[in-house]
Amino acid sequence: MPIRRDKRDRYVEIEVSTPPEPLWVRCESCGELIFRQKLQENQYVCPRCGAYFFLSAQDRVASLVDGGSFVELPPPQVVEDPLGFSDQVSYKERLGRARAETGLSEAVLAGTANVQGIPVVLAVMDFRFIGGSMGVGVGEILCQAMEHALQEGKPFVLVVSSGGARVQEGVLSLLQMVKVVAAREALARAGIPYIAILTYPSTGGVLASIGSIADLTIAEEGALIGFAGPRVIEQTTGERLPPGFQTAKFALEHGMVDAVVPRAKLREELARALSVLVDER
Amino acid sequence: MNEAERLKVLEEKAAELRRLAEENGLDLSAEIAVLEQKIAELRRAIQEGLSPWGRVQLARRPDRPSGLPFVQALCDSFYELRGDRIVGDDPALRGGFAKLKGKRIAILFHQRGATPEEQRQARFGMASAQGYWKARRIMKVAARLRLPLLTLINTPGAYPGVQAEAHNIAGAIAACIWQMLQHPAPTLAVILGEGGSGGAVALAAADRVLILENATYSVISPEGAASILWKDAKFAEKAAENLKLTAQELLALGAVDEVIPEAPGGAHTDFQGTVEAVRGAVLRHLSELSALPLDELLRLRYKRYRHVGSAGGAD
Ligand SMILES: [Zn+2]
Repeated sequence: MPIRRDKRDRYVEIEVSTPPEPLWVRCESCGELIFRQKLQENQYVCPRCGAYFFLSAQDRVASLVDGGSFVELPPPQVVEDPLGFSDQVSYKERLGRARAETGLSEAVLAGTANVQGIPVVLAVMDFRFIGGSMGVGVGEILCQAMEHALQEGKPFVLVVSSGGARVQEGVLSLLQMVKVVAAREALARAGIPYIAILTYPSTGGVLASIGSIADLTIAEEGALIGFAGPRVIEQTTGERLPPGFQTAKFALEHGMVDAVVPRAKLREELARALSVLVDER
Repeated sequence: MNEAERLKVLEEKAAELRRLAEENGLDLSAEIAVLEQKIAELRRAIQEGLSPWGRVQLARRPDRPSGLPFVQALCDSFYELRGDRIVGDDPALRGGFAKLKGKRIAILFHQRGATPEEQRQARFGMASAQGYWKARRIMKVAARLRLPLLTLINTPGAYPGVQAEAHNIAGAIAACIWQMLQHPAPTLAVILGEGGSGGAVALAAADRVLILENATYSVISPEGAASILWKDAKFAEKAAENLKLTAQELLALGAVDEVIPEAPGGAHTDFQGTVEAVRGAVLRHLSELSALPLDELLRLRYKRYRHVGSAGGAD
């Protein structure tokens, strides 16, 4: 699903049938037909117009860490479908589909890695997995990643790509907001640095918990950062959204993030931030 | 006579018998026990007859005991604090210092308003960024003074607006959760009406969370869930069932610790009774929590949330 901005500088999501992976991908922003490999080499940024495409958690990890350094933490066991939720599709079926489509067990991938030689614990959310939403599984992976960072004395890095809470897990997903903040509080008490990288999208319950309380926060250029989605705001309040609303630049101008960085420079920026937060070895 | 009215008659009869027994030194315990059994059965029947959607409607009633009138009735005295000390104030989320049966506490509560004018002014209890930054400020003041913190929750959710975003409402909610988890004194949340999403959880990271019998607590409104998942708001009733948002369901999920009974027709039929029931429960929990040493309080608080929804969390 590529994303682009329309004439009023708002984001528009475009559904694209992905599997099986076509050789060519059309940029919905400028219409350019891009050779997939070329797009991949350009970290899923349109070589012609600079529009950002979604990055899978696996591709995001590869783009940020030293080659071959990522080791996934063992995925935790959690109760699946705690409410027995079913809408047009049962939640169990949605989970199965998401797993098949993404190759992930949940909407976040966590492990240890090195970033330009600096060891970190890294967790990367994946929007393709039920909108990157946080339920019990995501909450548990994030907590265990933070606890691992605490045990190892390594900085914790989180890449947010999430629409918010996992609706199908009801109040338990809401309470994951408290759970991840509780783990974050333990990190803080141990003096372990936490860096958040906000990407497209960083919204809802994830932004209103773990996403907003890092020691240092970097926004990827092309990020969407906000509590409520633009459509919800327009529909609820009838307000007209100002140009550039909820962009990375908006977040910077309103004091919510420390830096805005293009995707190609993110790894270098993260390494620079880490280097001032950890002692020389 | 409907079930609620019949129940009221039975309850009055039981009260009358108790009074007679006491005044005249009679032993009417057998008669009273029979009546109490009938009352319990009827109560159960009334409550079981309510669907989750029916409870959502009760929880949203504008005349539900809540807001400033409730706080004034609940507490001996209340001194309101205003403003977030950064940009402004918010009429939808209020708070300050209070005395509850002589005990000093800090209190935070949503204000929904009862009349249309009040509702409009308080945005139906949807607090904006200023409200949550103010709540965080009051939490910090309470922490400084080591005051127990009581929150009374009744909100459709945090306000989704342009100004709210510009003032970092997400960051304010996160800051409230974090501050509440660190609070160096007992914390207690009571969900009085609608416990709507992030706007509710910002005030609910408490040692214990109590809920009125017909109140709800949910990640999203049934209408919101219906329009996202069923692509049609008409499925709200179905969504309400799936979301497991009623007090008893929340208790079974471990999301709340105790359900406070309501008058059979709903809390709005008995304002004073609701005040007394909530006061009783609050005082009991605060006194239990106050007996714990601080490190134990914080340890239990961490444990309560760290394992929420996780396997092995029952420990
Ligand atoms: Zn393009």
